[in-house]
Amino acid sequence: MKNNYLRVTATVLIVGALSLALIGCGSGSTGGANSEVKLQGAGATFPNPLYQKWFSEYNKITPSAKFDYQSIGSGGGIKQITAKTVDFGGSDAPMKDEELKAAPGEILHIPTVLGAVVVTYNLPSVTTDLKLTPDAIAGIYLGKITKWNDAAIASSNPGVSFPDTAINVVRRSDGSGTSYVWTDYLSKVSAEWKEKIGVGAMVNWPAIGTAAKGNEGVTGQVKQTPNSLGYVELIYAEQNKLPYASVKNSSGEFVKPSLESVTAAAAGAAGQMPDDLRVSITNASGKDAYPVSSFTYFLVYKNQDDQAKGAALVNFLWWAIHDGEQMTKPLLYAPLPAEVAAKAEQKIKSITYQGKPLRAS
Amino acid sequence: MGQPLAGEGSAPSLTPNQPHLPLGRARSSLRARPRIGDPLFKWSTGFFAVLIAGLAVLIMVEMAINSKLPFAKFGFGFLSRSVWDPVKEQFAALPFIYGTAVSSVIALLISVPVSLGVAIFLVEKAPRKLSNPILFLVQLLAAIPSVVYGLWGIFVLAPTLRNHVYPALQSTFGFLPLFQGNQNGLGLLTAGLILSIMVLPIITAVTTDVLRAVPGTQREASLALGSTKWEATLIVLQNARSGISGAIILGLGRAIGETMAVTMVIGNRSQISASLFDPSYSIASVIANEFTEATSEIYLQSLIELGLILFFVTFIINMLARLLVWSVTRGEGRGGHA
Repeated sequence: MKNNYLRVTATVLIVGALSLALIGCGSGSTGGANSEVKLQGAGATFPNPLYQKWFSEYNKITPSAKFDYQSIGSGGGIKQITAKTVDFGGSDAPMKDEELKAAPGEILHIPTVLGAVVVTYNLPSVTTDLKLTPDAIAGIYLGKITKWNDAAIASSNPGVSFPDTAINVVRRSDGSGTSYVWTDYLSKVSAEWKEKIGVGAMVNWPAIGTAAKGNEGVTGQVKQTPNSLGYVELIYAEQNKLPYASVKNSSGEFVKPSLESVTAAAAGAAGQMPDDLRVSITNASGKDAYPVSSFTYFLVYKNQDDQAKGAALVNFLWWAIHDGEQMTKPLLYAPLPAEVAAKAEQKIKSITYQGKPLRAS
Repeated sequence: MGQPLAGEGSAPSLTPNQPHLPLGRARSSLRARPRIGDPLFKWSTGFFAVLIAGLAVLIMVEMAINSKLPFAKFGFGFLSRSVWDPVKEQFAALPFIYGTAVSSVIALLISVPVSLGVAIFLVEKAPRKLSNPILFLVQLLAAIPSVVYGLWGIFVLAPTLRNHVYPALQSTFGFLPLFQGNQNGLGLLTAGLILSIMVLPIITAVTTDVLRAVPGTQREASLALGSTKWEATLIVLQNARSGISGAIILGLGRAIGETMAVTMVIGNRSQISASLFDPSYSIASVIANEFTEATSEIYLQSLIELGLILFFVTFIINMLARLLVWSVTRGEGRGGHA
């Protein structure tokens, strides 16, 4: 009996001490900062490396605002912001009209950065950078061009000898904004693609090749499997030291993906941007433009429900399109051109709480 | 005459096992105490049992309610057609059912003989000092997360298969349509191989327990009748066959539902083709890959309907297994061979 009594007392004391410690820890982290605001976001994987950097840098300047972003894909971002389970969404694909109508409030598209989708490949015998025409790319992804030494590829790469092997085509298995940009480009350069497959974050791909999850998955497969070809966001190819091809743009020049060529693609866009800033800049005009470029957007409600959160969001967005743009280059994202940034500023100023704009200047 | 009455003297009691009930006041208080313990125990455990069963039914009902749209639009054609087009909103499940079924069958074909072999070795042949560490290591295989298996599959298994094993298979068995066509290490056969490694520990562990539970007398009787050691082992196996079937069903259940490892090596292409080297797609993989991005209602509900199909497939397999076990063991009254 005495043993039992001792055991029970000991248990109660230990449990009590642990709970006190936990409570102490819990209040310690928010210690005194009752005005700390936590914002939750979700969406595109395309800009995720940059957003994570932005959030941590911004938190250093403004410790009272904490941002959390889950990179679940553009479609997921659209779904979550429509359901209002997150405070902001991220998407490479602008929302369609039906999707905007289905949302409980007006959603604004705020462009943040530009990125490039590149064609990466694994050809051990070829050491020079490849040049690919839109017809070649569309043919490969439609399943019509099956071998590396096909004329369509060889003709734009004189002097390079290609092996007589099958091309292992890699695409995305999950629905993604990167796929959206890719299919958008293919629809513009190939009438057959546009008619048979169409544009989307997830489409009915022709029965060729394999698919992998995420930009990381495609990069991994291309890296591991010889004679592969796939499309990934620029930074994934760079960081994994995979070669990527120059693509012929609408002006007939072979352009290598880079910050400059992506910015050139966006330069023409500012003039033609519609009011809601939803635009596609694939296959843009201009002789230095890289054809598979894209904006990526923050999705926020025009009328915010919570003043503290709304103010934090607006201040972050303002910082992002001004100071945040300085951090894009090391991560290989192109900053917004000045005209587009000006339009984004106007959108941010129009975000209101109970009718009053949250940011006057 | 002359027989002493019970309780007198040192004569043996007529009912030696009956406990001595306390007499007097203590005895009546025993009867008077309200017995809430027993009914409480019965009702609370009964409640939990019903809760679990109810949960399974609720899951099925919820999934059925949430797959009304594709059912109304496609009906049972959902099960027999092969299209998956989110842009034109046409969905059908056949390629996924094929991929799930074939990869699971391959997994079982490879792992069942190996598991049985391991279990027989551990129970019949190995000394205890050896069998315990080996069993521990086998069970460790079950603890490895699915994603880690997938990574290992991409970086180690697939290149090995692509460079050494598949070309050999193709040159020896290339006349079969199963082994024709291009191979790049990722596909249905690779997925089946990884699944076989993942279900091996389950089948081995359960089979080992079942074999150990067979009474030693069975083996001894067989040996006494002049059988060889192998024949005695077969007798033990025959005794344990319902348990072994249960183990295989458990393994099959894991193989069918396995998601991450499969999606990383199966190639994720929704098509039905004769070659095992070709990429394929399983139900769990397509749900994992596309669920977060499914924006339109019918797309989402088609994925839920796929989940419902998986639920039913598992259910049917379990029913068939139970029927099999019942039909095989009903002939046994006292261990006789029917």
